[in-house]
Amino acid sequence: MSDTPSFTPSCPIPNSRNELITLAHGGGGSKTQSLLDNVFRPLFSNDYLNQSHDGAVVPTRNQSAFTTDSYVVEPLFFPGGDIGSLSVNGTVNDLAMCGAQPLYLSASFIIQEGLPLNDLIRIAQSMANAAAAARVKIVTGDTKVIEQHGGAGLMINTAGVGSVEVETELTPRSVEAGDVILLSGDVGRHGIAVMAKREGLDFQTDLESDCAGVAKETLELIRNGIDLHCLRDPTRGGLASILVEIARDGGFDIQMDEMSVPVHDAVRGAAEILGLDPLYIPCEGRFVAFLPEAQASRAVRLLNAIYGSPRAKIIGSVKEGTGIVSLQTQIGSVRALDLLSGEQLPRIC
Amino acid sequence: MKYVDEFRTPETVQLLAQKIKTAATREWSIMEVCGGQTHTIMKYGLGQLLPPSITLLHGPGCPVCVTDEQRIDKAIALAAQPGVILCTFGDMIRVPGSQSSLMEAKARGGDVRIVYSPLDALALAEREPGREIVFFAVGFETTAPTTAAAAREAKRRGICNFSLLVSHVLVPPALEAILMSSDNQVDGFLAAGHVCTVMGLTAYEPISAKYEVPIIATGFEPVDILQGILMCIQQLEQGLAKVENQYTRAVTAHGNTAAQRLVSEVFQADDQRWRGLGCLPQSGLRLKDKYREHDADARFDQSAGSAGHSISPHKCLAGDVLRGAIRPSDCPYFKGECTPDHPLGAPMVSSEGACAAYYSYQ
Repeated sequence: MSDTPSFTPSCPIPNSRNELITLAHGGGGSKTQSLLDNVFRPLFSNDYLNQSHDGAVVPTRNQSAFTTDSYVVEPLFFPGGDIGSLSVNGTVNDLAMCGAQPLYLSASFIIQEGLPLNDLIRIAQSMANAAAAARVKIVTGDTKVIEQHGGAGLMINTAGVGSVEVETELTPRSVEAGDVILLSGDVGRHGIAVMAKREGLDFQTDLESDCAGVAKETLELIRNGIDLHCLRDPTRGGLASILVEIARDGGFDIQMDEMSVPVHDAVRGAAEILGLDPLYIPCEGRFVAFLPEAQASRAVRLLNAIYGSPRAKIIGSVKEGTGIVSLQTQIGSVRALDLLSGEQLPRIC
Repeated sequence: MKYVDEFRTPETVQLLAQKIKTAATREWSIMEVCGGQTHTIMKYGLGQLLPPSITLLHGPGCPVCVTDEQRIDKAIALAAQPGVILCTFGDMIRVPGSQSSLMEAKARGGDVRIVYSPLDALALAEREPGREIVFFAVGFETTAPTTAAAAREAKRRGICNFSLLVSHVLVPPALEAILMSSDNQVDGFLAAGHVCTVMGLTAYEPISAKYEVPIIATGFEPVDILQGILMCIQQLEQGLAKVENQYTRAVTAHGNTAAQRLVSEVFQADDQRWRGLGCLPQSGLRLKDKYREHDADARFDQSAGSAGHSISPHKCLAGDVLRGAIRPSDCPYFKGECTPDHPLGAPMVSSEGACAAYYSYQ
């Protein structure tokens, strides 16, 4: 995938129209056609999409990774991203976690009537930008318009296909005792940025979501011969939840040090105020990698060379065991991490 | 982070733990009153640092855990009424009433919204003049002032579609109830720092004198709690029983007098049912008559939510847990029939609940 998808950075429909999406945009007639011709096709343009077929016929090599995810976020626009960038990066990252080079995406839009057309254009533009950055093509899609339900106004489903670039499957069962756990950056930014915007919490910070694709980084590790055993992105449930899941699935213990997990001061402060644990707050542009200890420092160097800062860190190690994740706390005591029941809710006082 | 990291330093923690070991020559049982303190104790494993002679008992200080089931039933019934938006704090919505929770009421189509302050609910009432906004006001003396502020503002600005379903409770009567019970094991209290920040220390002095117990106003960080325990043990070992202040960076002797004035302008003390503890005299707050138009109990049908019997009152031992009579892990249903996914009682639900803290961190 050496060619960069082309797109028009300028808005294809004049902003002054203040047009709203109506049920007619989903009716399959001229309004639907106008949406496709004036919004999606110009922004996502590529040879496969431009065939204007119901599906796309695409070339692949190696084994294929295939994933799908639905994106529901309120508000649609948040500091550091929007539902568009989220829907591309999230699926790109799910492919990256399979050790794959992301190649093709589908994009399916379920739009509530009343959504400003200009918002949809901004979101589609954001998807085009994220796809270009990740070097994936949006090759097929669908649009439905539904009646008002009081939600955020738009849901997006993306599915993705990628070319697998690793020889061994990256699963918890591939992890070995003695492996170390690499974390690609600080945790909790996405969850706090979205919550602060949604709830109108004024933390007097310019904190932004970490929403970003991570395939470039994971492929850099793979292409430099890092023997990855498992990759996972700490989205819903945060870092703690994925580590607990991986330890249980793989049947080994994890030991980690709370102080080695980087957390931005604004995230820490907001979490302290709201009674939330940053280890359980979602990220959208981070990953953890399980790899042999002997390759740890080289892997960290490779990533930090991409980032231009010492973001990636080793945060823990794998021991033989039965699936327990234990955390050495800031004061030196040890406690076990578990899965949350439901989502974290802010406490009263 | 300032005001946080210096109260979590391993060196200070170890120093205080060592001092506690040296100071304690006998067995003592100390109750931390606040759920936030219980959470810190479990999260940081502070029990691991104490000598076996010191037992920590977990008190009735989780605000959602002590909220009476019938009040939750009433909130659920209000949420189901057409035109009503029921607002409350986040961790209230999962707490079971006698039949279901506000989260389930929301899933059935009720308009239940999480707010961070009753003033947010008041702002919603201004934005939605065609809807009835009810704020389910729970919590201790810490949250009562903002509820009072919302009531006063609603009255002053004539926002007539805003009302309060009040279920505020007061700490000192609960401490007295624990001390008066026949199976009381408490030798000393760590009083809740945030409550003392608002109310000061004076309300605790008669209790400390009458029942001869040390009461230490204590903060919420590991160093705060260990220092509070040390101060309590030092008093007990010397045969003293007085009110002391560990949380000096927030608590003053007389507290936040402006907040207290606001509370007494809007509320009056009344008998109150506590979940697991029963009805305690003068242990709750209700709106004064001049705020009747903002009182959801007066505004809506009295029968709503008043019926209903607990689905498992014979099973859940929340009352014994909230009085410190048993530890959560002593309960036969703990981690078996009772888990955060299938709670038999409120302390397994809230992040500040003792059972949930044991479940998460032990």
